[in-house]
Amino acid sequence: MRLLDWNYFSVSTSTVASGFDESALVARAQAGDMAAFSELVQHYDRRVFRMAKQITQNDDDAEDVLQETFMKAYTHLGDFHGNSKFYTWLVRIAVNEALMKLRKRRSDRTVPLDEPIDTGEDEVVREIAVWDQNPEDTYSREELAQLLDQAVQSLKPAYRTVFILRDIEEMSIEETAEALGLSISAVKSRLLRARLQLREKLTRQFKRKGDDAFAYL
Amino acid sequence: MLTCKQFLQELNDYLDETLDPQTRAELQKHVNECPNCWVVCDTTQKTLKVFKGMDPKPIPEDIHSRLWAALEKKMSHKGTSSC
Repeated sequence: MRLLDWNYFSVSTSTVASGFDESALVARAQAGDMAAFSELVQHYDRRVFRMAKQITQNDDDAEDVLQETFMKAYTHLGDFHGNSKFYTWLVRIAVNEALMKLRKRRSDRTVPLDEPIDTGEDEVVREIAVWDQNPEDTYSREELAQLLDQAVQSLKPAYRTVFILRDIEEMSIEETAEALGLSISAVKSRLLRARLQLREKLTRQFKRKGDDAFAYL
Repeated sequence: MLTCKQFLQELNDYLDETLDPQTRAELQKHVNECPNCWVVCDTTQKTLKVFKGMDPKPIPEDIHSRLWAALEKKMSHKGTSSC
């Protein structure tokens, strides 16, 4: 007998969209309701995969992270005591898995994750130009997604992970710090650097024609 | 009088609206009077907005299938007992 029936999910999609009750589903899953756990997976799998891919920059590693995250979540459901949101707990598992992949791959230590980080005191702002118009109106969703992906991928891992958790996954500064084992001030300085670097990259892409940089700082 | 460098150092908290009212007012005054900082602030805000507006793409079908196959196997081994 199939435990997970795709038809079940297609039927329940509207319920998930309209009345997703995370804590009720977690409680049911902890009581052994596999359909409830499956609904949690269904709700979060895209976000976990996106995050895994953005951190590892690799489909194979992202797939491993995706699987490991939900397998571990299932195995350790009893260890989740509701001190944070379930998704925050899930993200912590996924981030650990993704960083382990990254560390393994970077065993040559060319770009260690704990490399010295700029403090944010020497931020460089070169591109000072207003944006042409709303990028969503100029680019298709696919084109825009690709541009944004490329911009995030170009960040160093230390900045990228902070930006992904804080500004894409919309975790708080405190949650981001906890998930990455960093201090609040380290998260803040990395986040500033990441945001400004992304702003530079996107401004080069989206700036109004003829509105080039002028002196700054 | 706040400098552009000081403004930039506070930009995160300004954008995240986590500043006390007095500091926020000082930054607001600076951004209103400094065209460069206004542009940096505006384009950083737009940068964050464009990222927040992107929904995750669907997972490739083969990866999705393997995830569910793995979970199905895991759950069938564990049965219906709680953790």
